[in-house]
Amino acid sequence: MTDSIILELKNISKSYDDTPALVDINLYIRRNEFITLLGPSGCGKTTTLRIIGGFEDPDSGDLLFEGRNINDLPAYKRKVNTVFQKYALFPHMNVFDNIAFGLKIKKMPKDVIREKVERMLKLVNLEGFGSRSVDSLSGGQQQRVAIARALVNEPEVLLLDEPLGALDLKLRKEMQVELKKMQQTLGITFIYVTHDQEEALSMSDTIVVMNNGEIQQIGTPEDIYNEPKNAFVADFIGESNILDGIMERDYLVTFAGKQVPCVDKGFDAQEEVDVVIRPEDVKVVPREEGILEGVVRSVTFKGVHYEMMIEGEGHTWMVHSTLMAPENTRVGLNIRPDDIHIMKKKVTA
Amino acid sequence: MKRQWLAAPYIVWMIIFIVVPMLLILFYSFTEQTEYGIRLTLDHFRRFIDPIYINVLLRSLLLALACTVICLLLGYPMAAILASREYSRKKIMYMLIVLPMWMNFLLRTYAWLTLLERNGVINSALSMLGLPSLDILYTNEAVVLGMVYNFLPFMILPIYSVLSKIDQSVIEAAQDLGGDNFTVFRRVVFPLSLPGVISGITMVFMPAVTTFVISRLLGGGQFTLIGNLIEQQFLSSGDWGFGSALSVIMMLFILASMGIMNKYEQENGGALW
Repeated sequence: MTDSIILELKNISKSYDDTPALVDINLYIRRNEFITLLGPSGCGKTTTLRIIGGFEDPDSGDLLFEGRNINDLPAYKRKVNTVFQKYALFPHMNVFDNIAFGLKIKKMPKDVIREKVERMLKLVNLEGFGSRSVDSLSGGQQQRVAIARALVNEPEVLLLDEPLGALDLKLRKEMQVELKKMQQTLGITFIYVTHDQEEALSMSDTIVVMNNGEIQQIGTPEDIYNEPKNAFVADFIGESNILDGIMERDYLVTFAGKQVPCVDKGFDAQEEVDVVIRPEDVKVVPREEGILEGVVRSVTFKGVHYEMMIEGEGHTWMVHSTLMAPENTRVGLNIRPDDIHIMKKKVTA
Repeated sequence: MKRQWLAAPYIVWMIIFIVVPMLLILFYSFTEQTEYGIRLTLDHFRRFIDPIYINVLLRSLLLALACTVICLLLGYPMAAILASREYSRKKIMYMLIVLPMWMNFLLRTYAWLTLLERNGVINSALSMLGLPSLDILYTNEAVVLGMVYNFLPFMILPIYSVLSKIDQSVIEAAQDLGGDNFTVFRRVVFPLSLPGVISGITMVFMPAVTTFVISRLLGGGQFTLIGNLIEQQFLSSGDWGFGSALSVIMMLFILASMGIMNKYEQENGGALW
């Protein structure tokens, strides 16, 4: 069961007033998976979520739930529940009634509702808060109520629209761990929307990177980080140095005026490519030992490492290193061939 | 703190035109002028306990209630349409609702006279179509019609203003949790719009229960309302004591109904069910 597909998006497109929001989205979501839609604001991730939730209709394409088309199924009939960005709690109800809302609509017996709601309150660490008004809760507590209100209906799929966006850093980290734990214990499929790449990397089984209404890459967090498919993904997931390069032949690339060996092949000879190098993969060495040269322009202490901006060969390199080279010194830079990621230039239509 | 002085002109205004008159009304209602001077009395209130006057009060309350209910039934859907995001002619519709309020209240009510007259605009149109004529001028119905016409905007606007501020995501959350359109309205939209409904009811009921112009013009004076009665005491009979007593009684009724509304709203936390 764990690998069966619960939800499928086929050729989904959507535009608002002729501005395309989603372009031909194809996506499988497996049962019990924690899948994250990641991208900058306006990339279409929330629109995708709203189409799954039933709050927007796609212009074209099919939405399949357990193999059945649910395009025309209204939101209230879908076996999907949503945790909204700003929680959207009912301000005229207390915590208990907020959580019980879905169960009351299903006309469950009172004692069953009470039991289920109490269990949910316990799960989200809000025991004894049932009779509190939602206005009296902190942001983190409201967030938990919103999660409990959705989960109490035992949905097959839980949609979360940037649920931690409004919380401070420490609380956000705590809630990330809690959410992941809940997902694992309850065995519910989570579809999570965020623009925070760190959040996506630390919580997800699968990440879908989106930009301009298109899927850029689908993969595990490791894949996405280590093998970004294009310069956008590389830049969005972590920081990157992105340079224009020319592929001389297999395993040899020219960038920053130097021919450098690499591990990529399969490009046309003289093809223009993006060369992507992670800041932590650039090694600062004495001048004569480097394949490239540069002058340290600035040094910033970042806690675990120093961030240095090193200018040389027409590019300012961002370098992360635990060793610091003083400002205005001339240093050499070394990059291992397998740390050089060659990517096709995005074809601009 | 110095800014408090900016309120001084208004406070003076309020004292002269609101507080002093109220005290005068209280004074007149509990006193009478005798040859020996002014003395305290409850006679004015005792005079009110008479089927004729009680009936006048009951009729006033009844007609005002009818007007309020009709305004609510007409106004709520209108407010909902105005507040809906899809509705594109919002500005024009809003103008049409507010426009009559720019014209003089008396003029607007006189206009209904010519419309409703036996040989008025409406009946001419009906007879041209071969339909039976409508003879409602100088009836309760005409008075209620005039009230609804005049006070409807005061029902629509507060409800519209509350409805348009309801967070769309709260409505989506209710749908998400399994609520069909009717359930979402009953359990979320309507309870959240109650403050607007209550202020609409207040703003319609109060002027409706005290009106004397509409009842005199469209009711033809046959259907005396409490407003007319009070007007008579001051302007024709010159019985300021009885007029003041009637005013006090009406104020008590209005205060009591407002008190019930407020209490009701607080106890239920804004929810009706």
